[in-house]
Amino acid sequence: MDMPLPDAAILARRDRIVARLAALLPADALITDPVETRAYECDALTAYRCQPLAVTLPRTTEEVSAILRACHAEGVKVIPRGAGTSLAGGSLPTADAVVLGVARMNAVIETDYANRFIRVQSGRTNLSVTGAVEAEGFFYAPDPSSQLACAIAGNIGMNSGGAHCLKYGVTTNNLLGVTLVTMAGEVVQLGGPFLDAGGLDLLGVVCGSEGQLGVVTEAWLRILPKPEGARPVLMGFGANEVAGACVADIIKGGLLPVAIEFMDRLCIEATEAFAHAGYPDCEALLIVEVEGSPAEIDDQLARIRAIAERHNPVAYRESRSEEESRRIWLGRKSAFGAMGQMGDYICLDGTIPVSELPHVLRRIGDLSARYGLRVANVFHAGDGNMHPLIIFNANQPGDLDRAEALGADILRLCVEVGGCLTGEHGVGVEKRDLMHVQFSHADMEAQLRVKDVFDPRWLLNPAKVFPLDVTASRRAA
Amino acid sequence: MRPSSEAELAEMIKGATGQLAVRGGGTRSLAPASGAVIETGGLSGIRLYEPGALTLVAQAGTPLTEVEAALAAQGQRLPFEVPDMRGLLGRSGQSTIGGVVAANASGPRRVQAGACRDSLIGLRFVDGTGMPAKNGGRVMKNVTGIDLVKLMAGSWGRLGVLTEVAFKLLPVPETAATLRVAVAGAEPAVAALSAALTSPFDVTGAAFVPHEGAFVRVEGFAPSVAYRSGELTRRLAAFGAVDVVAHDPWPAIRDVAPFHQAKGDVWRISTTPSKAPALVARAEARAAIYDWGGGLIWLLVDEGRDLRAALGAFDGHATLVRSASALPRYHPEPAAIAALTCGIAAKFDPRHLFGE
Repeated sequence: MDMPLPDAAILARRDRIVARLAALLPADALITDPVETRAYECDALTAYRCQPLAVTLPRTTEEVSAILRACHAEGVKVIPRGAGTSLAGGSLPTADAVVLGVARMNAVIETDYANRFIRVQSGRTNLSVTGAVEAEGFFYAPDPSSQLACAIAGNIGMNSGGAHCLKYGVTTNNLLGVTLVTMAGEVVQLGGPFLDAGGLDLLGVVCGSEGQLGVVTEAWLRILPKPEGARPVLMGFGANEVAGACVADIIKGGLLPVAIEFMDRLCIEATEAFAHAGYPDCEALLIVEVEGSPAEIDDQLARIRAIAERHNPVAYRESRSEEESRRIWLGRKSAFGAMGQMGDYICLDGTIPVSELPHVLRRIGDLSARYGLRVANVFHAGDGNMHPLIIFNANQPGDLDRAEALGADILRLCVEVGGCLTGEHGVGVEKRDLMHVQFSHADMEAQLRVKDVFDPRWLLNPAKVFPLDVTASRRAA
Repeated sequence: MRPSSEAELAEMIKGATGQLAVRGGGTRSLAPASGAVIETGGLSGIRLYEPGALTLVAQAGTPLTEVEAALAAQGQRLPFEVPDMRGLLGRSGQSTIGGVVAANASGPRRVQAGACRDSLIGLRFVDGTGMPAKNGGRVMKNVTGIDLVKLMAGSWGRLGVLTEVAFKLLPVPETAATLRVAVAGAEPAVAALSAALTSPFDVTGAAFVPHEGAFVRVEGFAPSVAYRSGELTRRLAAFGAVDVVAHDPWPAIRDVAPFHQAKGDVWRISTTPSKAPALVARAEARAAIYDWGGGLIWLLVDEGRDLRAALGAFDGHATLVRSASALPRYHPEPAAIAALTCGIAAKFDPRHLFGE
């Protein structure tokens, strides 16, 4: 993965740029000491690091506007950053860029239960949005696994999903409006506390645009009343194909569970050794969770059992209590921690058509053998969003390169069977150079035009998402 | 012109010398365009339907009825309850699935299942330069690249001609029930609908038709619908007498049936639900229908009356759906947003072939 060389003219003007920013901001909102900016040299994709020119941590939309206006005038690139939890390198800086972090903008501006929305500053963490409304019996539905740490700004940037999006959708389906600051410093409101905004759906375009179009400083989010209850069932199968067929039958049966999670043998064994959740010894495991009143849950679980029994599960465990539910989820929720015990890992998130599941798992097995690297699979089976975890040793020279090459082959496979490179993490720098696998030149050109309009000088997060050769002329202009 | 392939369509657009009037079924457009007609009916047929994956891909000119029939045969449906606008707009013809997308046409279930744009997972289109492009795909979770699927949904053909669309689907529930609350007026009606929508009972329809009552719908397996109807009946009793209606009121609400034969202009307002009653009072309308808990208001207004001037500034916007007047159909946008919108239109349609 290459990043463009820093702009020498900008580096030469560093002092002037810093002085200009310092004049706009309180002293604690600007960081230039290299010891302190080190904390911003990478996000959760730690394989790539670069110290930025400076870091700004504004507290208001006005400050964000002032920073962007100044950077625009100076021709300085800006890297928007939420909580820095991107797995795709979405907020990886370059040496000639200013990081604009919104983490200090974490206030709740307005809560309106009757109209089912909350308006927050974008640096607020995902889980603390639910925290602000749960006493009244509400929650914010998108639940990426980093929800304790990740910011709404990053959720909007990447259009984050989570385990429960089969029923509730992803960020874009739960986002009513944003306050957006363009690279030129202009503040615009897209959408708002209502369902339909007139005109082109710019809100939908901004969501998932990976900080390419503007900096989101505030958001109106849909909040929902909490269901009366939820309970999972765990089932084990003798083959991936059988588990895949069972998922399809549950969906065809008219059931809409809130989550259908899938783990393969390597993942089951690793999590069992790590978390001792009491998972069965089997090839494939499903966790299916349903919601409703106790009687409604019983009714749905009975229907699911009838479907599952047609597929001869080797294990079947229905939760009857909070404690049993916790144990069923324990292994799944510790899956990533368990992988960390086995070595370093790369987590991919390509999506495939659900019908291709058995085929893709077989092919991943072949690739894994060919590369000599283990791959554990845990994923959201209801929507086909895979999470293959490639295990490698970062201290072994060449291992990272091999793991990345295997990852690229797995993502090519996802596209080949009709899927996509990323279902919820975003492209960032990690999958940037694979975009041509999924998109033709024209497909990308259509996307680039939108950036041309929002950010004509290509200063916002410019070396991300699209292959560098595709954007070279625009970035140079 | 009637292209039978995307390549043919691209050639027609490249060769165009003036405005183009792109037509699916001609059942929804608010301001029918002038210029050389391009009909999408030749781009027809379901390309892929996987019931086990809840996904469907169809060419844009496929009749909506064909899509709905294929889904119904497998006990599935488009989640967003597509309105039929023919009665309101006085049109005939067959709605196409591409037209549904271009209008982001979404009915009462939007409060729970989202709009057309929320179920749309991929599309292909040819822009005003004759360049075919795809965005999204056929999988439910996809954040690869910038989301032009949303941009095209509800763009009314301003940026290009859709050739293919892909949806995620939902199973048709086993049963449904609708409660009617005999409310005293719009204020208590919107409050009752809010009480229903903020309950944990997964309400899939919340509308108020003056003189008929406030309607609340639940859908699902029979035991669940029975339980939820009971719970909602108890909670809504504070707003007026509650009964279970025998007829299905939702098609009429969805299609704005009470205004079909009525004289006057028809406006469609999107706003914050609790603000709806005051807004309607300000509108001095002849009649009003509230959907989406009050977030969508259909108004019947004196012909030629500029409702936007009467309403002043409010959270939301007003679209003039049916009128003989020269008033603008779409709500004027703030300058900064209009600049972005026009900038995008200029990139996708530099020759203004699809222009307003």
